[in-house]
Amino acid sequence: MNLAAAIRERNAAELPSKRDEDWRWTDLRGLIRTAPEPSQPFTGQLPPGPFDALAEDWRVLINGGEATVDVPARTEAVEALRFVARGAGSHVASATIRVGANARLLLLESYESDGASLALASLTLALEPGAVVERIVLTADHEDAVSVSQAEVTLSPTAGFSQTLVAGGARRQRLETRVLHPGGSAELRLDGIYLLAGKRHSDQTSIVTHAGTDGLTVQLAKGVVRDQARGVFQGRIVVEEGADRTDARMGHHALILSDRAEVDAKPELEIYADDVACAHGNTVGALDEDALFYARQRGIPEDEARALLTEAFVGEVVDRIGHEGAREIVRAWVAQGLRD
Amino acid sequence: MLRIENLRASVDGKEILKGLSLEVPAGEVHAIMGPNGAGKSTLSYVLTGRAGYEVTAGTATLDGEDLLALAPDERAARGVFLSFQYPLEIPGVPALTFLRTALNAQRRARGEAEITAPEFLKLARAKAAALKIDFDMLKRALNVGFSGGEKKRMEILQMAMLSPRFLILDETDSGLDIDALRIVSEGVNALRSPERAMLMITHYQRLLDYIKPDRVHVLAGGRIVASGGPELAHELEREGYERYEAAA
Ligand SMILES: Nc1ncnc2c1ncn2[C@@H]1O[C@H](COP(=O)(O)OP(=O)(O)OP(=O)(O)O)[C@@H](O)[C@H]1O
Ligand SMILES: [Mg+2]
Repeated sequence: MNLAAAIRERNAAELPSKRDEDWRWTDLRGLIRTAPEPSQPFTGQLPPGPFDALAEDWRVLINGGEATVDVPARTEAVEALRFVARGAGSHVASATIRVGANARLLLLESYESDGASLALASLTLALEPGAVVERIVLTADHEDAVSVSQAEVTLSPTAGFSQTLVAGGARRQRLETRVLHPGGSAELRLDGIYLLAGKRHSDQTSIVTHAGTDGLTVQLAKGVVRDQARGVFQGRIVVEEGADRTDARMGHHALILSDRAEVDAKPELEIYADDVACAHGNTVGALDEDALFYARQRGIPEDEARALLTEAFVGEVVDRIGHEGAREIVRAWVAQGLRD
Repeated sequence: MLRIENLRASVDGKEILKGLSLEVPAGEVHAIMGPNGAGKSTLSYVLTGRAGYEVTAGTATLDGEDLLALAPDERAARGVFLSFQYPLEIPGVPALTFLRTALNAQRRARGEAEITAPEFLKLARAKAAALKIDFDMLKRALNVGFSGGEKKRMEILQMAMLSPRFLILDETDSGLDIDALRIVSEGVNALRSPERAMLMITHYQRLLDYIKPDRVHVLAGGRIVASGGPELAHELEREGYERYEAAA
């Protein structure tokens, strides 16, 4: 079963379904009876992208297409990559990103759709030794869209990769990250935020495979769901045999703000090595009513108090974003998302 | 100023306040003393509108206005302030952010202009210095990881900044070291004025040496069972609550 092939061949029967363990909370086959027509080329005007203010260079992939980003060794780059769907067709887009030894890249990625499209974006990222990449993903998907992003990240020893996914959901949305972690003092941070309202769904799935000794992985995902929205977090960290002295920490925490909203979480640590420091925490709950009362006793009206406390909850993830400009864009997006 | 008449309130279906009446005129400081579990904190929560505290009878008015009909934040905007017996932690919200949000919300509710950022910082620095609170502490998430005494000082700092009209201090003295007790008391005394009134809940006469009350009340079994001048506190310190508990 290959999602790209299923979309290209318009074969709805081959879409991932709840019978696939990894997709049980993001069932596409049950949702899409007939695959949409292929997306048509788009020639109209696009609205500004969320990162326009920061990027020196941006690549826009509308209704499919391919992009290649090469960052030569020992150079620095800021790249914006916009995956845009216009209309209600289906398509596959792909991007290949190579970052040379000791180079630095800030990758600003967005997913934007305006209708009932079915879109897949496949990315491969390869980091040479000493390369440092920060990837920020922001979604602006339509409530009727089905949007899947699959990124395959291969790290070299001593490379550093950190990412923050910032998701607003869609009819079905999945942001998947797979990382091959060689150990050897390579460092990985995989963070995520989801703020979901209405009937939106968002799935953050990651699989990290530690294949060598002395690797570090930290992961923190936080979500806020309202109305009938549904958040999914699946995080798996595999520490292979021989990947001794791996240090891996995963946390997922969600706030459910209504009775009909839902969060499904599956944090998994699979450890086959020795002397490994691993920890995971997972909490799903409501806003702290006592803290809310305290804020209201000080004069803060209920809605404002709720927004303040939820913003602070998510703020812990925002604060971990390294690039200041990107951090402030995400902070503003979160503030907006919680007040809508 | 504050007038409570025949107030009855329950928590989880259990009646805690059983016909409590009390009057605190403007300009006065009243102390409430009473055994553990008598309903002192319950009274403070009922007056501030905490969820789960159900009023089944009686009235509470501030300057004639029905307090019980107002939302907690509306009561705050009218000038009701509670220094909590157990201040809550607000993860992720720096104390300064929290305080500025609160101050501006109250000002908006009263139809006043919001405070500007420089004015606010100036005020916060001045009040923190007066209470010997390290200003950097205000950049930390409110009360998170603060010691018991630091939390109590933060309550008084918030009080000083919000300058409320009706102050309820629920065991503000517990957990304070000797110097802190003096500093905090000075902070409270600075707020005494003819337009303000205070209700001070405490177990110890010592606090009343610093903040001299006009009246002392004994709360036992959900009611005010005795009232008197400052000498009543001395009597309680000597003789305990036994005879009042019997009366309740
Ligand atoms: N949620 C609750 N459910 C049942 N009983 C409660 C609840 N909250 C408080 N109570 C009871 O109400 C009574 C009064 O409690 P309150 O905290 O008002 O006492 P207090 O006078 O402030 O005591 P202390 O001096 O120990 O602070 C106690 O018996 C307490 O156990
Ligand atoms: Mg109490």
